[in-house]
Amino acid sequence: MKAKHQRLTLAVIAVVAVIGAGFLALAGLRDNAALFRTPAEIAVEPVPPGQSIRLGGMVAEGSIEHLPDGVTITFIVEDGEATVPVRFSGITPDLFQENSGVVAEGAFDANGVFIADNILAKHDENYMPPPMEDMASEATAS
Amino acid sequence: MHGFANPTRFLNIARPLTPWFLVLGLATIAFALGAGLFYTPPDYLQGDSVRIMYVHVPTIWLGMAGWAGILVAGVMQLVWKHPLAGIAGRAIAVPGAMFTALGLITGSIWGRPTWGTWWVWDGRLTSALVLFFLYLGYIALASASEEQGGTSKMAAIFGIVGAINLPIIHYSVTWWNSIHQVQSITLQGSTIDMAILWPMLVSMAGFTLLFAAIVLMRMRTIIAGVRIEARLRRMAEG
Repeated sequence: MKAKHQRLTLAVIAVVAVIGAGFLALAGLRDNAALFRTPAEIAVEPVPPGQSIRLGGMVAEGSIEHLPDGVTITFIVEDGEATVPVRFSGITPDLFQENSGVVAEGAFDANGVFIADNILAKHDENYMPPPMEDMASEATAS
Repeated sequence: MHGFANPTRFLNIARPLTPWFLVLGLATIAFALGAGLFYTPPDYLQGDSVRIMYVHVPTIWLGMAGWAGILVAGVMQLVWKHPLAGIAGRAIAVPGAMFTALGLITGSIWGRPTWGTWWVWDGRLTSALVLFFLYLGYIALASASEEQGGTSKMAAIFGIVGAINLPIIHYSVTWWNSIHQVQSITLQGSTIDMAILWPMLVSMAGFTLLFAAIVLMRMRTIIAGVRIEARLRRMAEG
């Protein structure tokens, strides 16, 4: 065997070993590296009140309600399998809206309502220009 | 490939190629960013902040492509003992780190108006930050090397092992739920409307040419440094 082939074989074995080790580590991380938990995961594995977690899912259509105090909102996070009611006082990101992704940081209270300290908006992978009628109405408004 | 193994032949090709890459790259970037800032429509949801894409995607792409280059250079250095491979790896590392940093910074600036945060420790953001630190480690290893032109075996091995981070960055948004959206451009096509997409593709081409020009310049500088050192040594001995 030529020295070059020996080095090539060694390199291939080393790369395969590194990739294998990487994937083993990732398999171990699988559940712990998630940024947030979904309502379905919480339904299976309930989170005790007061424990800080991140809750993620879609904001249910028609669920955002503004309370009379003017700064508090309530909405429902859903993932197609389960739902979680959320309450939040503060300023939400511009992209926070119904039928859109959300990540809420906070904890459950004793009644099973998720009290959020912070709201992040999650958008999807679609990018497109605004519909034509919007652009037309903006043009006339300005 | 061994046709380029001769540094003199490489220099004869690289010398005229460098200004072409540089000028073409800068012109392409200027055109793409001009179009992306003033011509293309805003996003239906994000409005004008979507335009950060025209810098964010090309820079982070080169951060990742740069490490893929370090991987190829490392294998060529260790297996085929290609004399220019180590120099190429070392030449890629600094601009690679720079572009990764630009990708992280522009991503953070983009995250504030869209997600509502500068930074979250999610899989995509964290693995991209790890890529930046891997670059710093590679630069430190290559700079500490005693060999001519800083082509140490340790750096090559580090470059190959560190490449495991590339698939982690790519698949982080699929494997773990994340604040970052999943890939827009896949083998099945793109979920970015053509009106918004095309300046990004042009910008990627422009930044890639600029990156290639920087790498060629740095390779020529490192080779010149090696030659000066060899000549000085001969003079000192003679």
